[in-house]
Amino acid sequence: MKAISVQNLTKQFGEFTAVDHITFDVSQGEIFGFLGANGAGKTTAMRMLCGLSMPTSGKAIVVGYDLYKHAEEIKKSIGYMSQKFSLYEDLTIKENIRFYGGIYGLSNFEIKEKTERLASLLRIEDKLNTLVRSLPLGWRQKLSFSVAMIHDPKIVFLDEPTGGVDPITRREFWTMIFEAASRGTTVFVTTHYMDEAEYCNRVSIMVDGKIAALGAPEELKVKFSAKDMGEVFLQLARGAKRGDD
Amino acid sequence: MKAVLVKDIQKTFKVEKSTVTALREISFEVEQGELFGLIGPDGAGKTTLFRILTTLMLADKGTAYVDGLDVVADYKAIRKRVGYMPGRFSLYQDLTVEENLQFFATLFNTSIEENYDLVKDIYVQIEKFKTRKAGALSGGMKQKLALSCALIHKPSVLFLDEPTTGVDAVSRKEFWELLHNLQQQKITILVSTPYMDEADLCDRVALIQDGRILDIETPKGITKKFEDTLWSVRATNMYQLLIDLRNQPEVKSCFPFGQAHHVTFINNNQLVDDIKGRLVLLGHTSIKFEKIEAGIEDCFMDLMSEAKR
Repeated sequence: MKAISVQNLTKQFGEFTAVDHITFDVSQGEIFGFLGANGAGKTTAMRMLCGLSMPTSGKAIVVGYDLYKHAEEIKKSIGYMSQKFSLYEDLTIKENIRFYGGIYGLSNFEIKEKTERLASLLRIEDKLNTLVRSLPLGWRQKLSFSVAMIHDPKIVFLDEPTGGVDPITRREFWTMIFEAASRGTTVFVTTHYMDEAEYCNRVSIMVDGKIAALGAPEELKVKFSAKDMGEVFLQLARGAKRGDD
Repeated sequence: MKAVLVKDIQKTFKVEKSTVTALREISFEVEQGELFGLIGPDGAGKTTLFRILTTLMLADKGTAYVDGLDVVADYKAIRKRVGYMPGRFSLYQDLTVEENLQFFATLFNTSIEENYDLVKDIYVQIEKFKTRKAGALSGGMKQKLALSCALIHKPSVLFLDEPTTGVDAVSRKEFWELLHNLQQQKITILVSTPYMDEADLCDRVALIQDGRILDIETPKGITKKFEDTLWSVRATNMYQLLIDLRNQPEVKSCFPFGQAHHVTFINNNQLVDDIKGRLVLLGHTSIKFEKIEAGIEDCFMDLMSEAKR
């Protein structure tokens, strides 16, 4: 079964077609990079796949559920993390874990167990009662990722998870992504760092609401005679007609 | 006269019951007309430093001068001559594009016409939206308007706080082209960014992390200082390669770097044939080792780990 299967997915806001007949599949356990210039339609597409926004037309199956009929089931089965917001800053680390565990229906016992495992994994045993606000950004992002995975989702959506993060933490973060994928979790990720596009099994690049290119980084580099994904991206995004947002 | 002179500036903040040190006695100078980059992740202290230099915040300790003027004693004079584009969009959302620009021109006792030359290249790109409210602009347009507003009084020193954060690769490139054009107009520019690859576009950079300046140099000067022999290593299964390389006792550091892993060895003259052989035994295929020059990001990570030790 595919983790995501999308056919001609379209979203219109009045006259404006934010997402224009996109078609793609994502396999279970794949790291799928979802790239595009600002305003290409990435966020709108991602919101639909997470069950937060209804498409205007087209088909989408996410972790086996039809987007039109079972949006609530989709929400329960996926993990989501964004750069802008993921954790409550005025709650402690422990309270955040408890809160998200509760939302996803984990039992008290499971939450306790997860808290301990997470704390030792991230080496924050002595910080559990610290407010998230006072954590350095790098720690916060790694914690956000772990919290997004608290219910062992089949797929996790990461929206610019490494923006502004220091270069060592950025790589530690990607190591966490590699680990999750090697355990079979599907990772759907957006980024503005072109070196990170190279880490994906496959990458799609959106331009003006459409998917302009889709394939493994190696294939795309050959196809566009580019030395790296940065060049592939520049070639495609330069052709964009639409401004951002 | 230096455009900016910073000496032993320290700043701490109280958070809950603990104290956070945002800047730890940092010192540096920026020459007239220089394009100077402050490169570092979020939380490094870049914004705090800009706020002190633009007289919006007082340091706990140390002295700083902008255009030869003291940031404490001469704050009024400084405010007249610097341009500041904060990281967060801070124009009036309910004024139109033109009204915003007019407003900032008026504040500084000038007019759009008087300094139009300076903003022309940038403003023409948003002029067709001049009757649109700033709040309804797209991200890239907002950024261009903010830059126009920071320039309209012809500042001698321009402070740009993370102008390219969250901006896609194409728009980032365009923005840096704008900056290079501005530099021709003899404006000193201080720009902060978390993107390491933008360091190469500056005349000189300060690498900043955790309130400390790790190094100040030309981009070339920084990469020249990288002492270890750096290897780029590839194989078919890159994740397994990362794990296996890190398990080799000879390996000092190993980080994923886009298409390859960057590896240094404890012994700088390490022969890689042994290691290659072991990787083959571990089942790796298409293994490639290649000696490469270090980039700014390699240096930043190296300096970061050094600072921790």
